[in-house]
Amino acid sequence: MSVPRFWREISNRYNLIGNYCESCGSYYFPPRNLCPTCRRDSKIKPYKFKGKGEVVTYTIIHTTSEQFKKQTPYILAIIRLEEGTNLTSQVVCDPNEIYIGMKVKSVFRKLGEDGDKGIIYYGTKFVPDN
Amino acid sequence: MREVAIIGIGCTRFGELWDKSFRDLFVEAGISAIEDANVQGEEIDAIYGGNMSSGRFINQEHIGSLIADYSGLASLNIPSTRVGGACASGGLALREGIFAVASGYSDIVVAAGVEKMTDVSVEVATDALTSAADREWEGMVGATFPGLYAMIARLHMHKYGTTREQLAAVSVKNHHNAVYNEKAQYRNEITVEQVLNSTMIADPLHLLDCSPITDGAAAVILAPAELAKKYTDTPIYIKATAQAGDTISLHDRRDITTLDATVKAAKKAYKIAKVTPKDIDLVEVHDCFTIAEICAIEDLGFVQKGIGGKATEDGITAIDGDIPVNPSGGLKACGHPVGATGIKQVVEIVEQLRGEAGKRQVNKAEIGMTHNVGGTGGTCVIHIFKVK
Repeated sequence: MSVPRFWREISNRYNLIGNYCESCGSYYFPPRNLCPTCRRDSKIKPYKFKGKGEVVTYTIIHTTSEQFKKQTPYILAIIRLEEGTNLTSQVVCDPNEIYIGMKVKSVFRKLGEDGDKGIIYYGTKFVPDN
Repeated sequence: MREVAIIGIGCTRFGELWDKSFRDLFVEAGISAIEDANVQGEEIDAIYGGNMSSGRFINQEHIGSLIADYSGLASLNIPSTRVGGACASGGLALREGIFAVASGYSDIVVAAGVEKMTDVSVEVATDALTSAADREWEGMVGATFPGLYAMIARLHMHKYGTTREQLAAVSVKNHHNAVYNEKAQYRNEITVEQVLNSTMIADPLHLLDCSPITDGAAAVILAPAELAKKYTDTPIYIKATAQAGDTISLHDRRDITTLDATVKAAKKAYKIAKVTPKDIDLVEVHDCFTIAEICAIEDLGFVQKGIGGKATEDGITAIDGDIPVNPSGGLKACGHPVGATGIKQVVEIVEQLRGEAGKRQVNKAEIGMTHNVGGTGGTCVIHIFKVK
């Protein structure tokens, strides 16, 4: 993870800011410069998602890369946001509690770090929305 | 467009080959293919080498030049190009080779694939493989390849009632086939219980649901069909090449349990070859995880969507079944040196269609198919082969 790349994405990652296409009404997260429906006729505007959604599918990861090793086991899920777009994120809860269809909401969390002395980076994770 | 034939094949043993370097591997595979085809270096018009990530695995780029050079062909100044598309790199290299010959631009072409994965730790390899997914929006939040396929598996189980035992049946069958493949990484039988008791990697996928980290290389020699008989009595003809794409991220797919790239590429390939799934005698599919083989046999049209697990459990995909799938042992048991896999699949089909597959020979094998996938389905390349 390089510092400039992370810096560039801070507003998207910290605040769940994606896009809304004024031409067709579609929402996008992760952010896109071009609406795949309208392409050249795209009218892409930034949009801050409400951060509410539900679990489409999930896994509990036990073996991973060096960077995420300390966090195992952790839950990774595809989440459908209320606005109608999907994203991949971690869900913070007891692995026995997660299920397909679970309502979740976004929270601000530490995502990882570049070794002991490297930068710490933050972003969005999800928690159960009871 | 000219019809294209395969006139020679070569493949290294697959496995953790600590005593063999990247260049040892491609030289061995290339030389055996060239010997099999009985072509001279001077006859070779071009080389296409499939490779996913030599940069991450051995810190070497510009491998087109390296491959030609260490194959002893540098003084002939043969054009040599690396072709990349994650785990589909091998299949894409073949496709480039086919275009070169079919167009009439080249006559004799080498299409190869190579990957040296065990010079780095498992963690580094896992991270390198993650670069086939969307690094910024999948990898960075903690996704791994087994994790992404595990999410496909979880939803397939939820929607269609697929069981863990059915997933395990894919591994059991592929290990059984690999027992008879002397090139395979794992030549041992396993049981459903062993799969279910193996280390959990990404729930519901256990270690024995996952293809391994492998070193290996494979190569085939292409020629225009009209020249093929000059080199071999048993040319195998390429009846279709088809490729399709999709979103790089799994979360953006129309349906998470269907690889639309497979569906689209297969439709195109069947149309070009003028065959239907019923005509295919055997297929090598991209079983990077057990769920991937189940999705593949559904998306290729061999079984109805949702019943791939049950079909596998019922033995339909065994060597003596209705549609033999992965007689080589597949990625699971033969091994998965990512860039080499797409070419190894072709080597297996050619051996089968020549009737040279020994104890794993499929009966009356006349039409074969390969299915090679990049990432979680962002790229799919399919080929159909025929004895005549």
